Amino acid sequence: MDSSLPTDPPPPRLELRGITKRFPGCLANDHVDLVLQPGEIHALLGENGAGKSTLVKMIYGVLHPDSGTILWQGRETRVPDPAGARQLGVGMVFQHFSLFDTLTVTENIALGLEKPGPMDALAAKIRSVSERYGLALDPERHVFHLSVGERQRVEIVRCLLQDPKLLIMDEPTSVLTPQEATKLFETLRRLAAEGCTILYISHKLEEIRALCSRATVLRGGRVVGACDPRLETARGLAELMIGSELSSPERPPQGAAGAARLSVRHLSTTSDNPFATNLKDVSFEVRAGEILGIAGVAGNGQAELMAALSGEVLVADPASVVIEGARAGHLGPRARRALGLAFVPEERLGRGTVPELSLSDNALLSGYASETLVTGGMVRFGRARAYAETIIKGFNVVTHGHRAEARSLSGGNLQKFIIGREVLQRPKLLIVGQPTWGVDAGAAAAIHQALIGLARSGAAVLVISQDLDELFVLSDRISVLFHGRLSDSRPTHETSVERIGLLMGGLFATPPDEDGEIARAL
Amino acid sequence: MNAELALIGPILAAMFAAATPLLFAALGELVVEKSGVLNLGVEGMMLVGAVCGFAVTVKTGSAPLGFLAAAGAGALTASLFGALTLGLLANQVATGLALTLFGVGLSSLIGQGFVGIPLQGMPKLNIPGLSDLPVVGQALFGQDVLVYLGVLAVPLVHLFLYRTRAGLVLRAVGENHAAAHALGYKVIRIRFLAVLFGGAMSGLGGAFLSMDYTPMWAENMTAGRGWIALALVVFATWKPHRVMLGAWLFGGVTIAQLHVQGLGFDIPSQLLSMLPYLATVLVLVLISRDVARIRLNAPACLGKLFHPDA
Repeated sequence: MDSSLPTDPPPPRLELRGITKRFPGCLANDHVDLVLQPGEIHALLGENGAGKSTLVKMIYGVLHPDSGTILWQGRETRVPDPAGARQLGVGMVFQHFSLFDTLTVTENIALGLEKPGPMDALAAKIRSVSERYGLALDPERHVFHLSVGERQRVEIVRCLLQDPKLLIMDEPTSVLTPQEATKLFETLRRLAAEGCTILYISHKLEEIRALCSRATVLRGGRVVGACDPRLETARGLAELMIGSELSSPERPPQGAAGAARLSVRHLSTTSDNPFATNLKDVSFEVRAGEILGIAGVAGNGQAELMAALSGEVLVADPASVVIEGARAGHLGPRARRALGLAFVPEERLGRGTVPELSLSDNALLSGYASETLVTGGMVRFGRARAYAETIIKGFNVVTHGHRAEARSLSGGNLQKFIIGREVLQRPKLLIVGQPTWGVDAGAAAAIHQALIGLARSGAAVLVISQDLDELFVLSDRISVLFHGRLSDSRPTHETSVERIGLLMGGLFATPPDEDGEIARAL
Repeated sequence: MNAELALIGPILAAMFAAATPLLFAALGELVVEKSGVLNLGVEGMMLVGAVCGFAVTVKTGSAPLGFLAAAGAGALTASLFGALTLGLLANQVATGLALTLFGVGLSSLIGQGFVGIPLQGMPKLNIPGLSDLPVVGQALFGQDVLVYLGVLAVPLVHLFLYRTRAGLVLRAVGENHAAAHALGYKVIRIRFLAVLFGGAMSGLGGAFLSMDYTPMWAENMTAGRGWIALALVVFATWKPHRVMLGAWLFGGVTIAQLHVQGLGFDIPSQLLSMLPYLATVLVLVLISRDVARIRLNAPACLGKLFHPDA
């Protein structure tokens, strides 16, 4: 790719030279160089653990480099802390929003400003900025009322109020509908046109190709390449990231759908938790041999649906959840597992595994019955270890063995382990939440292949995900969850990302507060 | 008729006084918990404040110095808790319990030479004109300075938490310490200051007991009020004005049961002494049945340890 440009009179907005950061046991950044020009949208690419987060945290003053220099507008600078970064003109929108649920939008924004001034004046400023950039926001609302897209707008407006010269966006679209993402891109392009530099971190390669004019690729803490993403294919970018060839999942054609393994009939839930989304009259079924995908933006009832299906939360009417023909709404997770259900929750640490336990102990936790790892109340550790090793080998889990603590694995490797643990038990029905969230391309492909393989061997698979690309790769049919209501399903080949995106924005549903029939908008 | 009416004034006056130690301790703990720290050592800090205030007043003859010493001693005790939980990441529940045990022992030790010494109560602060009003005059306008300060602290704490930037930052730290840290706020420092404030307020509450309410020192004289204060904060869903109502309720029942005991009903006095605690807990449980309200007001990071490098 083209080498670094000669430094012309306006100096680069930001230049990093030889930035190195070491953590105990790992070299997170190894002599990283990066040049950001005024007004450009620059992509930072890399797998999990490639060192992207560490690098931007140093730009934002959360971490400090062990060696190397940071030049801000041509002058050598030390960024002492986030407040110092904001003073320079660096704004950051975090992947996990740094918002406070029980505070209002105005209060949240005030917390991110050095001199917020009186609240009324700030609220007026928020209104004017949000109108100017097409980011509709009500300053008086509490954050817990807001959708994920609106929450992101709060973060962006917070940055914009400080007139940033560099805006760092960490995986900004992972939680947005395609339409929301398109709107975000308009805002970003507009900002760039006004001279603001944008450093854009994402693993969604198509987005980067559409949005960014330059890309720097990190692998293992080093810069391994730079390119103009508009001239590359998504596949080429992915291979640059992982440093080897990428295999896309094979998809044998689906046979005739078998009997319904999971039937959900008129499932509604109520919760004491004001932050919860209640399910409203959700009905669907998953048949043997097929993968049903449920799309939707986070917070539209996915967690509640997952809990109701896994048995973590019992439902009032036993007949509303039927597994393998047996009424199961009143059964707990163990009884449902006995019926042939396996599930992979969205939270890998804490729900999917116990972080402090070894991999073999974690294998034991869900496999003890189906793999007969326990007899007469006594644990058969030998078998448990062997089972863990089988998972590690069969699913290419990168770890130093079955003794490793679950929390020591990277997100992708842990997810491969969890999926492997469930798939190897040959479940009749597998429910997976966000199978590849935060997982790098190589691991994601392996996980997808495993799920497709399981379905083609006769199991029913339900995938609940926010990642539309993933659902289109995996699913035979797709439904959309919005405000606790589920749309009718559509065969994947008969629909499109745009149509599903519209549904994710609620086009099919009646207003959330009203009862009534779901409009069939597909 | 007139005799009964005449009783109302003194009963009200006694109720406000009985509520004051709770009000101080609970308001302090409210601020601590809003910053995300659970300090179960309120009882211990009250006792240390009570004995230090009493001792200093006896030695110097100055009540203001005594109260100052009580607040300082409470804050110092709290700083021990802060250093252990915020600095060394010790478990907050265990450390708080230990702090209470420590406070009971320490106050007994300090107070050894002061048992049985009488102390002049604080002078009543009469407000000219108003304190001569019939029935409620003495109750509302003839109280000790600290009773007024306690009531005044309620709107002050509210204003601080909900109208000032420092209060906003404190709530933010209690709500999501990781995000507050990412925005560049000094989570540990803010929490430590809140813990100190909570200690000082507990110390004042204790000193009001030993220097004014029953002007004497006796071991364990707080008699569980620190625990009631803790309960008040939770059941009042972290709202200052509800803490005040809860404290008044406790004070009211305390005084009422004393009068019932005085009338000589054939009820064991132990049962009657239980009443204020029972009534407070019962009423507050009823108030706080609204789970949603607790979820919305409870600091989400309450009791969670925070380490800036994690």
